Amino acid sequence: MTTKQASDEQTGARPFWSGTITFGLVSVPVNLFPASRSLRSPLRMLGPDGEPLARKYYSEKTEHDLDNDELERGYEMAAGKFVVITDDELERLAPEKTRDIDLARFVDEDSISPLYFERGYFLTPDRGAEKAYKLLAEAMAKDGRAGIATFVMRGKEHLVAIFSDSGILRAETMRFPDEIRSPKEVGLPAPTKVSPAAVRKFAGLIKRKAKATFSPVKDAETARLLKVVKQRRAKRSNVVHAKNEEPAADNVIDLMAVLKRSLRGGQN
Amino acid sequence: MAARSIWKGELKIGTSKLPVKLYAAVSDLNVRFHVLDNHKTRVKQHMVAPTSGQEVPADEIKKGFEVEPGTFVILTAEDLDGIKPESSREIEIDKFVPAAKISQQWYERPYYLGPDGSEKDYFALAEALAKTEREGIANWVMRNKEYNGALRSQDGYLILSTLRNEGEVISAAELPKPLGRAPSQKEIKMAQQLVSMLADEFKPSDYRDQYRERLLSFIERKAKGHKPRLSIVKAKRKTTALDSVLARSIASLKKKEKRAA
Repeated sequence: MTTKQASDEQTGARPFWSGTITFGLVSVPVNLFPASRSLRSPLRMLGPDGEPLARKYYSEKTEHDLDNDELERGYEMAAGKFVVITDDELERLAPEKTRDIDLARFVDEDSISPLYFERGYFLTPDRGAEKAYKLLAEAMAKDGRAGIATFVMRGKEHLVAIFSDSGILRAETMRFPDEIRSPKEVGLPAPTKVSPAAVRKFAGLIKRKAKATFSPVKDAETARLLKVVKQRRAKRSNVVHAKNEEPAADNVIDLMAVLKRSLRGGQN
Repeated sequence: MAARSIWKGELKIGTSKLPVKLYAAVSDLNVRFHVLDNHKTRVKQHMVAPTSGQEVPADEIKKGFEVEPGTFVILTAEDLDGIKPESSREIEIDKFVPAAKISQQWYERPYYLGPDGSEKDYFALAEALAKTEREGIANWVMRNKEYNGALRSQDGYLILSTLRNEGEVISAAELPKPLGRAPSQKEIKMAQQLVSMLADEFKPSDYRDQYRERLLSFIERKAKGHKPRLSIVKAKRKTTALDSVLARSIASLKKKEKRAA
């Protein structure tokens, strides 16, 4: 069985998903890549002599480490009572038609609340699909519309909005409405009548701090971490070289280079 | 049932302060699995040295930052403590930008803010944000972690969404345009016609996670000892000639409209 790992979403050397967008009877085969990335790899766990460690599953009873083929995926029906679900069953629970992104509805691209957005991906045209891809991108851009669909990707169904962004199709996965709580469910009080003077006071504060554009904020904690690393390295203190090092599986890959290659037709 | 707040803080705009409570806006409905061994018993995890196959106990494990393949700088507990942000209750809002200026790509996770004391000021700020059509850019420290976020108003309530950091988002404008032939003006016209025939409002309630529903009902049936049949899935990929397929799409949608009328 495969276990779900956060690093899954970070790998990007190969498409995260490949499939077909349809609108009307037009099909556009595409490849999907993450549009966001981590700024750094997570810290590695090392042994006393600096050897990179591996995380292993083991049985408490036999005290033996278990290989992947000795592991199963279980859903807990009651305390300690599990139903085993196989990879094959998960795969077959997604019928063929649910694997396409069928854009059956196009909405005003500014009309979706940011509450829904989860994660962005870029779509690149598969070989031979460039013209249909451009056609969809251009038609949506001219009308300022985003296409909406649901589709199954990697054992999970996603609600998705496809935006036309600088000639490129960008998919934003969204939360389903039952995943978003309402103010009432949260227990927030019903809005009270507000005094116009109080609104004017806050509007004044907002105006005083108004900026025309959004500029992203730096990750200060990563910057501080990198500074400590740099100091240690310069002093050659606490630096270890691993023997028998297997290449790290979750290295930060150059997502930009992968995307460029894919848009220029290098992706099979 | 009312939810419990997960954190308390104070919105700070200039010299003005507004005490708030923070609530999760998202509930996790993902189907959770456990890792089991072949005897349906839950397994444990530990860290093992690959060369010896021996377990390394937690108190002997060091944390390393990989500076180049195979070379690590070890960070001590003091190092890691030293980079932690100073704890604070302040959610500082230092600027307000037009609501449409933040691309969807930046938004990460939303929280509701609720009033913690003055309801009047809380709802007045929400209304002021709605009226000025702006979002506040916020930064705060919560549970030893720094966040930056967007403060916005929705349906009269304040929502604070965490935003991704600089460098974490790739902008489409940085990417090359896809290669290949451009569609003709006629084809674009037809595609636009097709898009406008499928135009509608975004209605979230029209969508549900049917995979999750199928999975849960499958688990239920399997638990009862049934062997539910599942279809075999084949991969398929297809491309089609554009002009004829556009014309056929429009014709079939028109037919549907007529039938509905």
